[in-house]
Amino acid sequence: MSAAQHERAPGDRPTREMQASAPSEFLVYTIGLFVALLLTVTSFWTANTTLLWPGGVFLGLAVLAIAQMGIHLVFFLHITSGPESTNNVLALAFGVLIVFVVVAGSMWIMTDLNQNMLMPLGGSISMPMRH
Amino acid sequence: MNIAVAIDHVPQDALPSAGEAGPAPRRIVVAYGFWIFLLSDIIMFAALFASYAVLVHSTAGGPAGAQLFNQGTVAIETACLLFSSYTCGLMSLAINSRRRLGTYLGALVTFALGAAFLALEIREFTNMIAVGATPERSAFLSAFFTLVGCHGLHVTLGLIWLVVMMVQVAVMGFVPTVQRRLLCFSLFWHALDIVWVGLFTVVYLMGVSP
Repeated sequence: MSAAQHERAPGDRPTREMQASAPSEFLVYTIGLFVALLLTVTSFWTANTTLLWPGGVFLGLAVLAIAQMGIHLVFFLHITSGPESTNNVLALAFGVLIVFVVVAGSMWIMTDLNQNMLMPLGGSISMPMRH
Repeated sequence: MNIAVAIDHVPQDALPSAGEAGPAPRRIVVAYGFWIFLLSDIIMFAALFASYAVLVHSTAGGPAGAQLFNQGTVAIETACLLFSSYTCGLMSLAINSRRRLGTYLGALVTFALGAAFLALEIREFTNMIAVGATPERSAFLSAFFTLVGCHGLHVTLGLIWLVVMMVQVAVMGFVPTVQRRLLCFSLFWHALDIVWVGLFTVVYLMGVSP
């Protein structure tokens, strides 16, 4: 029973026979390093520059961070879309879903609560007290 | 890569189902279990990120992030962690081809860069505490120290783990058990770098930009 018939362990590189023209492993790490460095430098530049519209900086930083996380996953952790890493990708997708629900849900609820807490100062309370 | 050579001429068909292929090799099972652990660890970080994002403006009259954070330090910390992730990858290449010297060298550079990151972070924390920005000063600072400190704790544990692994390589050699543990370590180290990407973006860069 050869190991190639199974799914691949996360972090392991694809075996050579699946991609005969695959670049060497050293090259994969080095490309990942340079792309990640480029994205990091761009992030720091975006946060400090005055050239960009300030309203877009937040979104730009978020996009750059997500892109860099993707680069790390592909080039350092060797997560691919191939059939041999389906389990890894599915687990990752579930993790990302939970992360999204936790972060976005918390922020949404707490922003909403903050606004409701501020309302009584305005004087108009739409909901009567029922005690 | 002996396995790759041995199966070079086997035609690649569709992957068989789990029933046909039999139980997966130990290396795949262990790494997949550790992958699940890492994802749950990242979910814990997501909860800390969420609490930080909620509390970031609750400074209670105390110092805000823009007055406390030094971007130069953060840039050096980021570079340290990124390069240590790279050398960790090179170390796993040396492990796969069973080169002892390369493994020790990769581990040494990884450890040095990780330790430099940790030293910079501890210096940053002590500087903040010296100016009165302690965790009990405001909800923002509590959330900040919890989030960044938790990452720093992970880095500390990773450094200890790396030392233990190098002792195991020296004593036991490249036996399958040690190789599986080293694979888990490199997964852990790369995952820490991914968390740091989110951290420096959300805490430091979004914190200082207007």
